[in-house]
Amino acid sequence: MKLLTLNFLTCAIKTCKSSPSSFPLHPRDAELEIVEADLNLKFLENILPRLMWDELRVVVDELGLPTLPPTIPTRADLVAPSSPTSSSSSSDPAPSQTARDLHRILIETCVREGKLVCGNCGHEYAVKEGVANFLLPAHLV
Amino acid sequence: MSRPEDTLPPDLFYNDSESRKYTTSSRIQKIQSDMTHRALELLDLKSPSLILDVGCGSGLSGEILSASDEEGTPGGPHIWIGFDISSSMLGVALEKEVEGDLFLADAGQGVPFRAGTFDAAISISAIQWLCNAESSEESPAGRLSRFFNGLYASLRRGGRAVCQFYPKNDEQKKMISAAAVKAGFGAGLLEDDPGTKSAKTYLVLTVGGGELDG
Ligand SMILES: [Zn+2]
Repeated sequence: MKLLTLNFLTCAIKTCKSSPSSFPLHPRDAELEIVEADLNLKFLENILPRLMWDELRVVVDELGLPTLPPTIPTRADLVAPSSPTSSSSSSDPAPSQTARDLHRILIETCVREGKLVCGNCGHEYAVKEGVANFLLPAHLV
Repeated sequence: MSRPEDTLPPDLFYNDSESRKYTTSSRIQKIQSDMTHRALELLDLKSPSLILDVGCGSGLSGEILSASDEEGTPGGPHIWIGFDISSSMLGVALEKEVEGDLFLADAGQGVPFRAGTFDAAISISAIQWLCNAESSEESPAGRLSRFFNGLYASLRRGGRAVCQFYPKNDEQKKMISAAAVKAGFGAGLLEDDPGTKSAKTYLVLTVGGGELDG
């Protein structure tokens, strides 16, 4: 599961819906893997305003990954400054180092095994081979 | 032939051998792929988006969502997150190393994402399963309402969802679209090849408010 997904996922239990501490879910005993993927600059530009940056920083810290900058980059930060010598025929803007770093953390860094724990109710969702189990027993729905 | 929906719940019906049968049948793959392209046409996405695939199964639709505009996926490649209640189906998706994130989850229990997460949602041949109440504690109405309420909240303003499904009868078609409207969606039912054996029903849902920007 991509860290991108963890930045949107909440606890599924009905009584947690209204509690702010049900997001983000906290990884525990997590085994990470890097799954290489093509950088999709337009997607990063699209998703950027929807990220919860502080919560992403919390999860990144909990996973023991290098700390993210305190403030979220802007859309302009994602595009490499165009070099004056480059040919004007190239159609798409090139991604900046910031975009590459964001791609690495959001899209390529995945939780392969472990648990995701709700900060409100303590429910643990197992992750196996990257697949999270969100099936709930009927009484918790 | 009896409808699988009338015999067993999906997690039991799509056991390992059924899952494999489903994903290796080229006829089913062709139909599924055609319906995914039709749904994408109705979603009208202009640029790479975050998409929820409800009942993603073995990732047949997901592979199309991950394809680029040049390969025939409007606005692609998209990033998608898929739900399925059948672990056998997800197992096949894992073997294929699909690019989307997979969840073992029951859409009838809700959609556990924060408000405004997705640009769009797609569902191919899945939501009729929500009308199966598997136990005395569950009703089709309750399952439909949890699903559509959750879906509505998880889509961004201006977002869209397209659900192709196989209604058992007119009553079920009405029950499903009424549940979507009750959750707040603007809803329309579209039928391709009506009255024929290959009739396809698409529920096209819109979330009002907000601007459709790139
Ligand atoms: Zn919880």
